[in-house]
Amino acid sequence: MGFLAKFFGDRAAVQQLPAGTITVDRQGHIITSTVSSAFPKNLLREIARDVLELFREGRVAQLPLAEVALHFGSLRITARELRGGAIIFLFPQTALSPTPTPARP
Amino acid sequence: METRHKILILDDDADWLGLCRELLADLPSRPEILTANTAKRALALLETEKIRLLISDLKMPRIDGLQMIAIVRRRFPATRTVVLSGLEDEDYRSRAYALGVDLFWLKVEMQRNVKLFYECLESLLGQSDREGDTGFRGIQSKSLMDIIQMECLSRSSTVLRITRGPLVAKLWIQDGELMDAECEGARGEAAFYRLLAWRAGTFENLPAEPDRERTIQKPVNALLLESAQSLDESAHPSLEPESVESNLHRKTMWKLSQLTREGAEFVIAVPLAGPGEPEALGTQNFSALAQWTQRAAEIARRLGDRLEAGPLLHVAGQNLERQVLMLARGDRAFLVGWPPDATENLPEKSRKLIASWDS
Repeated sequence: MGFLAKFFGDRAAVQQLPAGTITVDRQGHIITSTVSSAFPKNLLREIARDVLELFREGRVAQLPLAEVALHFGSLRITARELRGGAIIFLFPQTALSPTPTPARP
Repeated sequence: METRHKILILDDDADWLGLCRELLADLPSRPEILTANTAKRALALLETEKIRLLISDLKMPRIDGLQMIAIVRRRFPATRTVVLSGLEDEDYRSRAYALGVDLFWLKVEMQRNVKLFYECLESLLGQSDREGDTGFRGIQSKSLMDIIQMECLSRSSTVLRITRGPLVAKLWIQDGELMDAECEGARGEAAFYRLLAWRAGTFENLPAEPDRERTIQKPVNALLLESAQSLDESAHPSLEPESVESNLHRKTMWKLSQLTREGAEFVIAVPLAGPGEPEALGTQNFSALAQWTQRAAEIARRLGDRLEAGPLLHVAGQNLERQVLMLARGDRAFLVGWPPDATENLPEKSRKLIASWDS
């Protein structure tokens, strides 16, 4: 294992998609997380920061949102607003994954 | 002696192959059913057996369905091809038809509508009998006008299903007469004119529906001529201010009617980069919402790139008063507002609304 890494480094590593749930406070600090500890913490913080920004910009535009969902080809991020913070669900998607609509807040 | 046609089913799912084998064994012409769970095995069977019809899945390891179809169309041009897929994606449908497949069916649709599926397969098997190895297949780069004229001149009876991205239109032709048309919520002549403005898309022939009510009385040539004139006028518009104003007004009214028909509250179109003003219908508060749309598009794009999460499909938001959906199309982002109780497939409805808005 270490032998190959000497030649190729870790540049070719395929990034795993995050799966699990995180809760963040209004400053974007991660309070709890069920996402694998192998997933980079800085990326989780970026997700949290971006989601909070979406909520914040929504309030500025007189569109206060209770829930936001970002649908990508292979990942769905669903976030619910929690008093300035948020609970964020991360679901990796496959071509045949069902896309259930979460219950209304 | 009556020969039994051979149908080859290719799918990597063994359970599905078993189910298909049972279902297709009930076809009235009693064809011989062969199965393969890899493209390699299917190609070996195609080399050794005289296969009349290949039914292939799309999503398979190593050689996928589209690659397989491309190989079969080149190496076994007499073999009819049908795609039977679980992927409900218009992009795949277009790509499959561009490769020259005879039919594209969704697995769920096949299970729901077995009778129609049987009819289509029998028609493909029967056509082979009547025509032998003669005749031409695969029409590409023909305008819709050419296709309609060909169908009418040959006195065909068919239903033409035309697809452009998420938009679907249908033309009912009976004995070479145009009976009815449906396009973007319109019906009859209005739908026909609307459809002829489409510049690209894919089409397929469905079985004729002789009982369809006739809504178009004019001969098809007259309709084509009128449509060509109006397309010509819109391509070279008069520069008189009154005429420009009237065209703008007509366009706005059309967009508003689309909005009302789909049940949406508002649509905002925002250029993602470069110059250009946001365009909005159905809301007063559009500058703040346009800003949010632009910001949401930026955030989603950045996050998608960082996480390597694939292309952005849409961003949805909701509160107790409304739901919003942000989609990027070309160099613009669109925000569509929906009432809170709208529960139907909003991404699909929004895509349709935007596609017809942009046309």
